Amino acid sequence: MSDMRTPLRKVRGLGSAKDGTGHFWRIRLSSIALIPLSFFLLGWILSLDGAGYDEVRAALAEPLIALAASLFILISLDHMQLGMQIIIEDYVHGGGTKVALIMLNIFFAVAVGAASVFAILKIAFGG
Amino acid sequence: MSHSPATRPQARPMSPHLTIYRWPATMLMSILHRITGGALYFGTLLIVWWLIAAATSEQYFNFVNGIFGSWLGRLVLFGYTWALMHHLLGGIRHLVWDTGHGLEKDTSTQLAWATLAGSVLLTVLIWAGYFWLGA
Repeated sequence: MSDMRTPLRKVRGLGSAKDGTGHFWRIRLSSIALIPLSFFLLGWILSLDGAGYDEVRAALAEPLIALAASLFILISLDHMQLGMQIIIEDYVHGGGTKVALIMLNIFFAVAVGAASVFAILKIAFGG
Repeated sequence: MSHSPATRPQARPMSPHLTIYRWPATMLMSILHRITGGALYFGTLLIVWWLIAAATSEQYFNFVNGIFGSWLGRLVLFGYTWALMHHLLGGIRHLVWDTGHGLEKDTSTQLAWATLAGSVLLTVLIWAGYFWLGA
């Protein structure tokens, strides 16, 4: 007896993508979070009213703005990485190319996220 | 393997599909949802670029701000605003559909047109606010 698990136990919750509804749920969850965050950030940018370097840095150093900006960018990156993966899976069918593009897509989101967080933290902590 | 006349492979006429039929509003908004999503993917780089500029130096920040303030920069930001509003409203439409509501033919068509009208209206309002604030 090599496996105690029944066949049903092995497939329950998993679709053809092997990760169940995880992708679907994460794209919905991030979309809901992005609705208020988008309007908050838009309002903030409008309220800057063409402000200069010092005023923008002072505003970004405020905890609420720094947190909202970080959340907006990080959740946007998660959401767009998920969305772009769907587009890749829809149009690219070559095994190697598809996997390479999906990897590149994730690396891109993580790299942009790291750079953004570094920029915000540098401003917020007065670098 | 022999085929009977009825099953013999032959060049059959294909449906003209996208190039012939009138596009239903729902189809157009579905395509726009994907296009705006793809555009926002790269549009995020605009925000990140601006943030990194603010963290780099005053000179570099003014350089990036100058590009964003040019007519071409504003045109790109206007397009970004519309793409964001269209994708956001289209996303709300999808969330409504997820609950099982609004899927009837007439309702979904109305929701499709409302997405387009709402996105244009919000974009114009945002930019009217921007110019009204005196930028």
